[in-house]
Amino acid sequence: MAYRGVMQPNARQRQNSRIGERIIHLILLAATSISVLTTFSIVYSLLNETTAFFSAVPLTAFLFDTEWTPLFSNKRYGIWPLITATFVTSLIAMSVAVPAGLLAALYLNEFAPERFRAFVKPALEILAGVPTVVYGYFALITVTPFLQQFIPGMQSLNMLSSGIVMGFMILPMVLSLSEDALAAVPQTLREGGYALGATRFEVAMCILLPAAASGVVAAIILALSRAIGETMIVAIAAGQNPLLTFDPRQSAATMTAYILQVSLGDTPYGSLGYYTLYTVGMTLFLLTLVMNLFSTWFIHRFREVYE
Amino acid sequence: MSIPDHSPTIEKQLSLATRSRPQTKYRYRRRLFNIVFHLLGLISIGVGFAIIGILFVSIFNQGITRLNWDFLTSFDSRFPDRAGIKAALVGTFYVISLAIVVAFPLGVASAIYLEEYIRTNWFSRIIDVNISNLTAVPSIIYGLLSLQIFIRWMNLGRGLLTGALTLALLVLPMIIIASREAIRAVPPGLREASYALGATRWQTTWHHVLPLALPGILTGVILAVSRAMGETAALITIGALTFVMFLPGHVLDTFTVLPILIFNWTSRPQDEFRSAASAAIMVLLALVLTVNAAAIILRQRLRRRW
Repeated sequence: MAYRGVMQPNARQRQNSRIGERIIHLILLAATSISVLTTFSIVYSLLNETTAFFSAVPLTAFLFDTEWTPLFSNKRYGIWPLITATFVTSLIAMSVAVPAGLLAALYLNEFAPERFRAFVKPALEILAGVPTVVYGYFALITVTPFLQQFIPGMQSLNMLSSGIVMGFMILPMVLSLSEDALAAVPQTLREGGYALGATRFEVAMCILLPAAASGVVAAIILALSRAIGETMIVAIAAGQNPLLTFDPRQSAATMTAYILQVSLGDTPYGSLGYYTLYTVGMTLFLLTLVMNLFSTWFIHRFREVYE
Repeated sequence: MSIPDHSPTIEKQLSLATRSRPQTKYRYRRRLFNIVFHLLGLISIGVGFAIIGILFVSIFNQGITRLNWDFLTSFDSRFPDRAGIKAALVGTFYVISLAIVVAFPLGVASAIYLEEYIRTNWFSRIIDVNISNLTAVPSIIYGLLSLQIFIRWMNLGRGLLTGALTLALLVLPMIIIASREAIRAVPPGLREASYALGATRWQTTWHHVLPLALPGILTGVILAVSRAMGETAALITIGALTFVMFLPGHVLDTFTVLPILIFNWTSRPQDEFRSAASAAIMVLLALVLTVNAAAIILRQRLRRRW
């Protein structure tokens, strides 16, 4: 490797090299500002169209109406049906992913031999690598017919099967991130527990889990924001009919499914239907932003630092 | 785990428990919890693997009859038995290459700036929070963003270039985070040695830090490729769902990608399209898993201990 410019014979070359350094510095700064710019553009474009939406629809209608039918002739703009569907599918997903992910993480960390762990973690990442459109298809073609055998009144598009499949999509995320947090707990804490005669179960539940709480909570929140923002699974397997219901056997459109549905159609630019895209997008963005800021704060506030 | 389990065997526990001393009764329950917990952990992992198995087998069963050379080399069709994935396969390749060409230099440059140049102050903290927020933003929001910026303002149309820029913005935070970790893992002693010889900051970065961080950076880029390959929602939002009967020859031409084609086929009424969709899923899974495996292997083989 040539060490060009390291030995500079005269001041002029040094000057050139300094200018070069300045230019490179500026190029790097410009590249970094792209990511900041992205956030600003997201906020700006969402705000812009949302303002246009609220100049036509009063905020009270958005918040207190119980029907969402912007694409029908009888237009109603109550956001709640989309939010409840998002809530129900995410809740189902979390009730699959959090217990299974945490149990598996505690098992891998406390019970399993090291080689087993080294195999299982990357192998389960396969689940995270499967494209979401594939999960949607799987929920529609395989999981729903299977569940229909046991559950009466189950529609062929429903929130239950998309929620369950979504749970398996985010399972590796919960598992992997909480296992990392558990692995960071110092060995001496475990040994202290065993010295007091605790079983592995007691060490895992009473020592490891509280000590790794901030990392585990961060993993759960990250998984939740993935579930809320997930589009293809719910669009394919939960349907596109906005319905205010908490019954998971029913078909209901989530926020993301609604955005996708409008994008598939021919909604002209500047129409109210077009603005609803961004209003729903804004709601979704705010939801994930709040959760992410909360998780950042939580980690910062509750992290146990070990020497 | 290296902790020896000094707990008595189950038989001994049971015999202890049969004695009526309250203390041993309690002990029996504690051991029982331990065993149940152990089993639940194993079951959770087992269920995870079972789902992988069921997913693969069910897709394989439905798709294998449809998967042949003609399927790979013919265009989409209204007739399920003649529909193929040629346009989607080529479109996927083009749009991802273009996205990586944009995102790779930007991501690495940002990572270098954030690790080697920036001073820690309020600005750097804002950028940190900003990047971690961007990774949590749902992909469909990136679609809305491109719809506004690239289609409405810049008038780039709904072609390859718009799709690639959307995907580039989507994977940029991933690439930045992976590259930062790789750069951070290069020991500071190397940098100090280089500075001691009179090298400038950029010379140090270019000649010493980057070559050592490259395997880690590449792993991140490969994972970004796999993420972009499966991305559907953002591309549908910018209106990439079209019936494409030609290969794109220009960056502004319309295009289609595998996930969109799969989504399109699942929503068609004829049942025969389901086996076509399964066959396309098999191709997509093969591509994505190969790319993922490449990243894992690269990570294992090029891991360095300092």
